[in-house]
Amino acid sequence: MKMIPRWGLVSALFLVVILWTVGAAVTVSAQEPVPDLENEVLRISKSLYCPVCTGVPLDVCETQACVQWRALIREKLEAGQGEEQIRQYFIAQYGERVLGAPPPEGFNLSAYILPVLVLLGGGAVLFWTTRGWLRQPPPQGALSTVPQVPPEYAERIAQELEARE
Amino acid sequence: MANPQIAEVGNLALVLGLAASVYVVFAAVFSQIKRRNEFFLSARNGVWLIAGLATLAVVILEWALITHQFRFEYVASHVSRDQPLFYTITALWGGQQGSLLFWVWLLSLFGAIVLLQHPGESDPLIPWVIAFLAFTSAFFFSLLVFVSSPFTLLAQAPADGIGLNPLLQDPGMIIHPVTQYLGYVGFAVPFAFAFAALVTGKLGYDWIRTTRRWALFAWLFLSLGLLFGMRWAYVELGWGGYWGWDPVENAALIPWLTGTAYLHSVMIQEKRGMLKVWNLVLILLTFLLTILGTFITRSGVIQSVHAFGVSSMGPFFLAYIAAVLVVTVYFIYVRLDKLKEENRLDSMLSREATFLLNNLILLGAAVATLWGTVFPLISEVIVGKQITVAAPFFNQVNGPIFLALVLLMGVCTLIGWRRASPRHLVRNFMSPAAVAVVTMVVLMLIGVRDPYGLIALVAAAFVLTTILLEFYRGTRARMRMYKENAAIAQAQLVNKNRRRYGGYIVHLGVILAVIGIVGSTFFQTSAQQNLAPGQTVELGPYLVQFDRLTVTREPNAQVIGADLVVFENGRQIDTMRPLKAYYPAADQMTTEVAVRTTMRDDLYVILAGWNDDGSATLKVIINPLVLWLWVGFGVFILGTIITMLPDPREAKALERVRAEKAWVGA
Repeated sequence: MKMIPRWGLVSALFLVVILWTVGAAVTVSAQEPVPDLENEVLRISKSLYCPVCTGVPLDVCETQACVQWRALIREKLEAGQGEEQIRQYFIAQYGERVLGAPPPEGFNLSAYILPVLVLLGGGAVLFWTTRGWLRQPPPQGALSTVPQVPPEYAERIAQELEARE
Repeated sequence: MANPQIAEVGNLALVLGLAASVYVVFAAVFSQIKRRNEFFLSARNGVWLIAGLATLAVVILEWALITHQFRFEYVASHVSRDQPLFYTITALWGGQQGSLLFWVWLLSLFGAIVLLQHPGESDPLIPWVIAFLAFTSAFFFSLLVFVSSPFTLLAQAPADGIGLNPLLQDPGMIIHPVTQYLGYVGFAVPFAFAFAALVTGKLGYDWIRTTRRWALFAWLFLSLGLLFGMRWAYVELGWGGYWGWDPVENAALIPWLTGTAYLHSVMIQEKRGMLKVWNLVLILLTFLLTILGTFITRSGVIQSVHAFGVSSMGPFFLAYIAAVLVVTVYFIYVRLDKLKEENRLDSMLSREATFLLNNLILLGAAVATLWGTVFPLISEVIVGKQITVAAPFFNQVNGPIFLALVLLMGVCTLIGWRRASPRHLVRNFMSPAAVAVVTMVVLMLIGVRDPYGLIALVAAAFVLTTILLEFYRGTRARMRMYKENAAIAQAQLVNKNRRRYGGYIVHLGVILAVIGIVGSTFFQTSAQQNLAPGQTVELGPYLVQFDRLTVTREPNAQVIGADLVVFENGRQIDTMRPLKAYYPAADQMTTEVAVRTTMRDDLYVILAGWNDDGSATLKVIINPLVLWLWVGFGVFILGTIITMLPDPREAKALERVRAEKAWVGA
């Protein structure tokens, strides 16, 4: 019996260590670097994709074309253009495929809507089916009422049953 | 024997493999329709023949790779003389033809293992299992025979080969495909049993009980495949991350999601005799998604950084998938009367109900990922517009779905089977909710403002507490009853109920991984700077000083590195050396990042470029909490293995069932 609080202590300690680590980690990252030109270029590049290197974000792509695109972003930033202006320039030049997520309009909307429809539709089907199940009388042999057993006792019953086998 | 003859033997093995597979399908089916047992025996022998022929083909290709037979087109494109032997041997699965051969080889071995597990002739499912597996190997053999053979010869042997893609010359990338394929191919076995159960109408628990370990095995290896793939991307691609929502990554994730749904919902069929049709649908989906995954990975149909070649395999795959889909759905329809639910749901507030919700969300995530993966193709075909569907899209759409899944994992643990009482539910909720609130307050106090990161971490704290409480309660019950000490009670708790507590350990691993993912996704910081020798770049608590560029030569590559000294709070803590390697044979440059890992964060440095004046461009990234992702995977794998261990309770239950059967039979 004496060991019980100790186990609780270990488990609480485990939680604290993880939370402490998480806390330390996010505090470190809260100290953002000073946004200089180079980091601005990378930040904007992160959500842009060149048409050739499919799937590789511009900030990490090392092809010659992507190096030139980043240089272009740098020039435009130096010329005083904002992020949105720069993004619009690339969209106008190369089309919507420079964006990592298609703008949610027209046919593109279906990309966003289908998963939601599946979840909602599936949820509705699930709801109506299970409601139907609930309404019907239980089949013969099945228990209709279940005694309410607190988990500790349930665990104890399981353990004692097992001990008897 | 000269090269051409050996290549002929290889091709002959493939053709005979195809013929044997077709024969086994017909012999096994015929034996059942005409009740001719000798044909079943012949089909069983055929399974061994298929395994032998596939093995022969693998041995020949390995011989050609190891001894540098450059007249073999496959060898010339995947091996070079200066390539280390390890990568030469593993080039077997480095290219399309070789990896398809590897697929059918694994499948043929699994078929043989199934026969070893079921040595008798009485199991009515086995003939149909064999027939289905042989049908699938016939499909893969026909790809190798008719579309792309690994034994195609060049008119003349080149002096040296091109070599394995340098990006793939990494231990992680060598293990990744093997684990991925073991997972992919592994799901063929549970599906074959499900198919056999459908055809024979023996839709009881047998097929599920027989294939529980196969399904867990396949799922474990799909998880390992994801792990090694992520690890490779993290250290080798130099993107600062481990997951890019690339089509090939998605192709590995989607069957894992439906497989996870299946592993949960079969529990309801086992315990309550419910969801029979649904389980068949899930295993069908999972199997077909592994085939689709193989296709996406190996055909390059969806342009991707991983796909190294385009070929004409599309119609073959489409035909196979359509055939399996139509036949299986037909049999499900025919057998609907035998698939009635034996029980009803007792309450919406029950673990069964949360499992249904879990299935819905996992399937939603699978659909969202699949839809996003193929959407560029659909958009181009339907509206003729080229678009990119990449990380920003998937994070937006899948993020909330995965958050819901994580939360459900905690809620599910709190709700008992059949019917939970609201009063106990509220009581069970109290401690986890309290921990969640404290976490939120602490995180806000230390300055966390990102709403998504905050919500995700609070959810993780909630779920983590529910899992720990579950262990705590179980241990306490044992300590009271058996007077065991905490350590023994804890060990026995898991040992006596491996499936349940193994499952909780898996959940614990998932939560630790989630903490790692949230940390590195929402709290990553980075800086890029061009540095002359002696100059420094500062990020967070770290100060990175660039000393000099150094050039070294390796047998097949030229390596340039940046010597760095790392300081934390003014004190020198480490040295680092990020690299770039140039492979002349492939005319390709690869990145080797330098990573310094602690429990708190990874300092991740990429050598982004260099100049003639000796200066270097460094990209420095702090990836918080990434270690917990890998630790989480380790815990996850341990938990999965525990659930697969022989369970004393299971053995007793099985004995009882056998005794009952014998009694009824007598």
